Amino acid sequence: MSLLSFCEWLASTHWSVALHESHLGYPLVESIHVLTLCVFVGMSMMLDLRLLGLTLRDVPFSEVADRLMPWMIGGFVVMVVSGALLFYAIPVRSYQNIFFRVKMILLVLAGVNAWVFQKGVYRRLASWDRDASPPRRARIAGGASLVLWVAIIVAGRMIAYNWFDCNTQIEGSAMYWAAGCTPGNLDDLNNP
Amino acid sequence: MLPFFQWCENTAVGKGIRDSFWLFPTIEAVHLIGLALIGGAVLILNLRLLGIGFERQPIARVARDAWPWLVGSLVAMIATGIPLFLSEAVKCYYSPAFWIKMTSLAMAILFTFTVHRRVAMLDESRLQPITRRVVAAISLTLWLGVGIGGRWIGFS
Repeated sequence: MSLLSFCEWLASTHWSVALHESHLGYPLVESIHVLTLCVFVGMSMMLDLRLLGLTLRDVPFSEVADRLMPWMIGGFVVMVVSGALLFYAIPVRSYQNIFFRVKMILLVLAGVNAWVFQKGVYRRLASWDRDASPPRRARIAGGASLVLWVAIIVAGRMIAYNWFDCNTQIEGSAMYWAAGCTPGNLDDLNNP
Repeated sequence: MLPFFQWCENTAVGKGIRDSFWLFPTIEAVHLIGLALIGGAVLILNLRLLGIGFERQPIARVARDAWPWLVGSLVAMIATGIPLFLSEAVKCYYSPAFWIKMTSLAMAILFTFTVHRRVAMLDESRLQPITRRVVAAISLTLWLGVGIGGRWIGFS
């Protein structure tokens, strides 16, 4: 079963159609997804800024991380659940949306960045916990995280726009390939 | 009031954004980045005031550290919010969500730069914890109103 046919199956399920067509449900989930940005990305950014030595310089990094982590985890769970619901409501179009694909790749990169940080310079935390400006590798991790989350917000916002949707792409073009369009999509041109 | 909104919509900036393919989405994305950052700064400050974060740090210390990011992201949000508004001013005029947002925003800014700031920077021994908690709760409610109102402009 290809990912595309999985998405097509998902789109045919009862609750997917119900959420897609709901007057209140979909906007509500979308609003929760956007406003939880404040909790999850906002807190992550403050943590990244601490890593860069740009805020809370007198507070040990471990204290900032300990205090923000419960909120970040809670916010992350809400983001993932609401995001998954948004995908579930519109599976095929999301799967074939270039911005959605870019966003997923960026999310993986953000995860890798956090993992590298955790396995690397974070292990020597005791030696730099109280530094107003942490070591270079920690600053790089903070800077990379900041850039990635900004890019994720931009990509996420752009999913809503249909500039590169498959029914506007010419078969064989780079965007047609990158968005994973199939010949079936071209029929949409005639049946918008 | 309506003629003023019509004038806004007819400004060069408003027209330029409406005519452009990518300007509105791009400005909107920057507006969202500001939202995330102001959320982080406002939450950290209020968590400290509520007594559920950074208890070992003096309130004034946390407030001084969060303040520039709060003000900076607020400036970024207003700077991007104005052009977004200019591009669809008449729609905003008829949108209850827009008026709710602007009312909450005016109150939130007023409250933040007067009561909130003063309470956060004040010598801690001079205030009861309950006063600080109430101030934090009001601040969170006002900013949440701005956020919800803002999101709802897009649906109306």
